[in-house]
Amino acid sequence: MTVTQQIITIAAVVLGTMVTRFLPFLVFPEGKTPPKFITYLGTVLPYAVIGLLVIYCLKDAVFSSLHCLPELIAITFIVVLHKWKKNTLLSIAGGTILYMFLVQVVFV
Amino acid sequence: MKIKAFKAALPHTIPIAIGFLFLGMSYGFYMRSNGFSFVYPMLMSMFIFAGSMEFVTVNLLMSAFNPVAAFFLTLMVNARHLFYGISMLDKYKNVGWKKPYLIFGLCDESFTINCSVTPPPDVDKGWFMFFVTLLNQSYWVIGATLGALLGYIIHFNTKGIEFVMTALFVVMFINQWEETKEHKSALIGLGASVFCLLLFGSSNFIIPAMALIILMFTLIRDRKEAK
Repeated sequence: MTVTQQIITIAAVVLGTMVTRFLPFLVFPEGKTPPKFITYLGTVLPYAVIGLLVIYCLKDAVFSSLHCLPELIAITFIVVLHKWKKNTLLSIAGGTILYMFLVQVVFV
Repeated sequence: MKIKAFKAALPHTIPIAIGFLFLGMSYGFYMRSNGFSFVYPMLMSMFIFAGSMEFVTVNLLMSAFNPVAAFFLTLMVNARHLFYGISMLDKYKNVGWKKPYLIFGLCDESFTINCSVTPPPDVDKGWFMFFVTLLNQSYWVIGATLGALLGYIIHFNTKGIEFVMTALFVVMFINQWEETKEHKSALIGLGASVFCLLLFGSSNFIIPAMALIILMFTLIRDRKEAK
């Protein structure tokens, strides 16, 4: 990607983010109630999108020679660690370090 | 008036400061380890200011140029903001020129504080929410920039560091999972994504997956209404 293409990509992301933040205030100025379908999507989408993002992160690993094995080990570790300690930052750090160890030392 | 509001806002943002500095630094360091100058995470954290999407944007910048897909992916990833905005329509009334900034900076954490904390009666509500938002954004931008700068000094084998993004989303997924008994939404997200990934392959699955998720939500809602 050229620098111009990078700037356009970042601008598209900025624009998309701003749409999601400003739209409710533009569409529903003082006193208007949003349609039920929009409110409904707002309540259910967050749960689904995180699932989509997890799969997005694994998209290339699925088709690799190891088929997600190191990823699945690290994710299992994160789930166990998070259930046990319930510390978001610890789980993220622990899972990442384990994954780095796996891809650098175990599955070379 | 301003100082009073600042002092009232600061303590509420301290836990956010710890989290944002850590995650921001991981994000900055991650971008740097992919060869980006510190200017990228600094400006992206400032202007996008939506953590998950900033991580995803790093991937977008390293794949084929497709701003339209990037735009729609952003809409989906950040769709929850619509919900935050709808919840804040009332609270953000009558705050004057601060309103556009409050809306611009409406991230998960600022939303949580501004919607749940009522400032003491002698503190101006508008300034209080303004400082909550500004402080949170400052932590994030400082973290991202620092992380990238550290990337210039510290050198180690960073292979696998991109997993910090996966780890972040997995932890968010668990947190959301435990927050509610209704797991249908989470399962639709996972299921539709895996299905589309296997069907369309890794470079083309995002948009069909988003469409399938919305379609499924529309269908289960119609069925609910019909009952």
